Amino acid sequence: MTVNITLNGKKIEAQPGQTILDVAKENDYRIPTLCYHKDLSPTGNCRMCVVEVKGNRFLQAACVTQVWDEMEIETDSQKTITSRKLSLEQMLANHSPNCATCDVSGECDLQDLAYEYQVDAPEWGTKGTRYKVDSDPNPFIRVDFNKCILCRRCVLACAEVQVRDVWGVAQRGFEEIIVAGANTTMLEAHCESCGQCVAYCPTGALSNKLSYGQGIARARQVTKVTTTCSYCGVGCQFDLLVKHKKVIGVVSNPDAPVNGMALCVKGRYGYDYIHHPDRLKKPRVRRYLLEKKDKRLKGNAWDWIETDWDTALDITAGKLREARDTHGPDSVGVLTSAKCLNEENYLMNKLARQVIGTNNIDHCARL
Amino acid sequence: MAGLAASFGSGAMSNSMDDVSQKADAFFVIGSNTTEQHPVFGTMLRRAVRFRGAKLIVADPRRIDLCDFATLHLRQKPGTDIALLNGLMYIILDKGWEAKDFIAERTENFDEFKATIMEYPPTRVSEITGVPVNQLYEAAELMAASKPMAVIWAMGITQHISGVRNVMTLANLQMLLGNMGMPGGGVNPLRGQNNVQGACDMGGLPNVFPAYQPVTSPEAIEKFSKAWGLDYGLSTADRVSPSTVHRLSSTVGMTATEIIPGVLEGKTRALYILGEDPVMSDPDTNHVRECLEKVDFLVLQEIFPSETAVYADVLLPGVSFAEKTGTFTNTERRVQMVHKAIEPLGEAKPDWWITAELAKRILQTSEVLDAPFAGWDYTDTSAIMDEINALTPSYGGITHARIESGERLQWPCPTGEHPGTPILHVNKFARGLGKFMPIDDVPPAEEPNDDYPMVMSTGRVLYHWHGGQMTRRSKGLMEVYGEALIEVNPEDSQKLGLNGQNRVRVTSRRGSIEARAWITDRVPPGMVYANFHFPEASANELTQAVLDPVSKIPEYKVTAVKVELVS
Ligand code: SF4
Ligand code: SF4
Repeated sequence: MTVNITLNGKKIEAQPGQTILDVAKENDYRIPTLCYHKDLSPTGNCRMCVVEVKGNRFLQAACVTQVWDEMEIETDSQKTITSRKLSLEQMLANHSPNCATCDVSGECDLQDLAYEYQVDAPEWGTKGTRYKVDSDPNPFIRVDFNKCILCRRCVLACAEVQVRDVWGVAQRGFEEIIVAGANTTMLEAHCESCGQCVAYCPTGALSNKLSYGQGIARARQVTKVTTTCSYCGVGCQFDLLVKHKKVIGVVSNPDAPVNGMALCVKGRYGYDYIHHPDRLKKPRVRRYLLEKKDKRLKGNAWDWIETDWDTALDITAGKLREARDTHGPDSVGVLTSAKCLNEENYLMNKLARQVIGTNNIDHCARL
Repeated sequence: MAGLAASFGSGAMSNSMDDVSQKADAFFVIGSNTTEQHPVFGTMLRRAVRFRGAKLIVADPRRIDLCDFATLHLRQKPGTDIALLNGLMYIILDKGWEAKDFIAERTENFDEFKATIMEYPPTRVSEITGVPVNQLYEAAELMAASKPMAVIWAMGITQHISGVRNVMTLANLQMLLGNMGMPGGGVNPLRGQNNVQGACDMGGLPNVFPAYQPVTSPEAIEKFSKAWGLDYGLSTADRVSPSTVHRLSSTVGMTATEIIPGVLEGKTRALYILGEDPVMSDPDTNHVRECLEKVDFLVLQEIFPSETAVYADVLLPGVSFAEKTGTFTNTERRVQMVHKAIEPLGEAKPDWWITAELAKRILQTSEVLDAPFAGWDYTDTSAIMDEINALTPSYGGITHARIESGERLQWPCPTGEHPGTPILHVNKFARGLGKFMPIDDVPPAEEPNDDYPMVMSTGRVLYHWHGGQMTRRSKGLMEVYGEALIEVNPEDSQKLGLNGQNRVRVTSRRGSIEARAWITDRVPPGMVYANFHFPEASANELTQAVLDPVSKIPEYKVTAVKVELVS
């Protein structure tokens, strides 16, 4: 059974149960959205996706309205455009005016739509800073509800993706606000710091604390590199954000095969070890090796000396060869790494078996 | 994963995370704290329970977070998994709930197995495990009524003296219920580290070449000898230089948990360690330290000066995942790209480059013959992958180019046209028929006694990772979880007189650690839980190096300890 509708004057066959938004997308008509996200239940509360349905006095939210037979829809009539502008104006009136210094400027859905519809904060608007900026002590997530447009994506992301129910909505009308738990801190409300709410928040109300101020959303300065997480075996993928040769953050990549937008706290926020000052940057050998002395000598024989690669590699190769040739291949043990690449593990296997001649190779699968 | 290999002929996770979470009617999670160790998969399970009404049975001595979503939580005593599972299977058989057709068509050894199971009536099992009889019935009924049911486990099952037998018992359960070879079912061991699966697949094991080709198999030896330019029994006349050309060893090597203690026995003289931290991750830290101190030569290739670096003679700076390109294989056998985002820091080098350079410098030209893959001149990791494709049947068709073009490949994927294999054992097990194994329960190696009256179990927490080398260097993670915590039950805390005082000393026969106590009913009375992320209070100071006789996995989940208040 199909449903026959007319969309912007074109006859289209749709499936029963589809929303206007679904059908429009399938047929390459764009309807602007803001609170809608394909992963989350539609709520129709932001009124950006309103369309005109013939015979209806009120505009309909395309994300929640299902098509019916002989429905006639206009997605960009004057009435819808005026309505969207009005909705945007109201949102901007309730929003901090400082786009230029906002961390998500460049990747903000509200900014994009305000630009598209050429709407600025109204004269009568912005009430200034109503809430504390950076109001929650969570070490990863920066909260600034002065930028919140009450779209509820964070509430839904927490409930439907993470299934943790940290965020909720409190109060009504002008006082309406997003709260963690019974208005406590996020961690007290059992937040797991996965950052799903940040990933789904269309504005700067929820942003990343670790990379705050580094301009992660400014596309001209930042490169995105898709890669696979270095922690657990789930194998989530995400984009590393690179600026001036540094990894400055991680963002969800919606096309990730295993995880989509979802990540855990380690994957999303555990990247700063990459540039930690403890990183080893030069080969090191013990002094006794350079001076060809006995390693158990007292004194400074055991000091680390930084060397060039050739020295360190030659010493190491010499020692491994010596053990192999004097005590036999099985006197050498090779521990390969469950943190390293397949290609690297293959080479360790080849080195143990072909070069040394032993099967004494293992890694920490057991541990 | 020796247990699954014996039962089915392949040791890997049989299904995929998305099919399990979308199609299972029920989940049986045992020995996996999924929401903390495999968090994103944990959320998939939570979604299935909340939005799809999937049922969830958790079997775990601790009241882990997932229990909030469970239909039923079985709280067996640590180390009694086999008794518990045999008891559930007793009820299933007794009630005639087993999958008779599946058993007849696809399995063998059923009668022998059944005879063993019949020794586990509910009352006896309840006594051994501490799980009430009515809960055993409830669980068995849920399992029988839910088709398909997926079994999910992790180190909580394998890190026991009976780890391999635990796994075979789970394989028995899934055969008995006929849950193999279908979406939403299967045996699903979750691999810990990001690339444990790949390290195993690539021959990072003492008994197998890449793709689990046994090192004892004459065919495999011939194949790799030909590929790598080695002597495999050429007649003397054909040998270029008979005394120097290498031969492959055909004896199974030592495991990590044998290689290191091998130092004190004079077996191990030199160690090449890539990115591992045995001081933190291996059992009985004191013993490990002693071995590493005594070894003639230790080269460590690492990104940080880890606890193990203290004992290294040479430290070679490798790079993090952000500085190299190649592949990881996740727990569901999916091979995915890692892309270089930044140049190696300082003079650090990609690990594959370092290994190849070492090989070139160790190997004399007279030690190998001319052969397609005898050399070590790789320009990049995709050239290494070409070699893997040629020698690793299950990875035969998995190239960087295919993954880059957006194909989603899970091994086995033998050819360039093969679409990969999301579900194993469909219609047929890798070994032909699935084999029921009669398994009796084995008590843990160390039972509590008067001197060490409590049981300690070890593991990880959400905010940290393994030996903690990476996560302890992450600012935010340290802010949320900045020190080792030892979980103590409120009842025990009262007995210990912990009121107000919050530091405890935990002592085993091997060592002692002190840390802050976290009073919580996550652990049952008589049990404490500690992690090994922090060197100043690492649980592995206390654990013992008793190993499962087959897998050589240490028994991390049961250590007898005494707990005292530090005043
Ligand atoms: S915090 Fe962000 S996601 Fe949440 S309601 Fe406000 S704007 Fe929407
Ligand atoms: S993001 Fe979390 S769940 Fe995903 S792979 Fe990384 S550690 Fe595992």
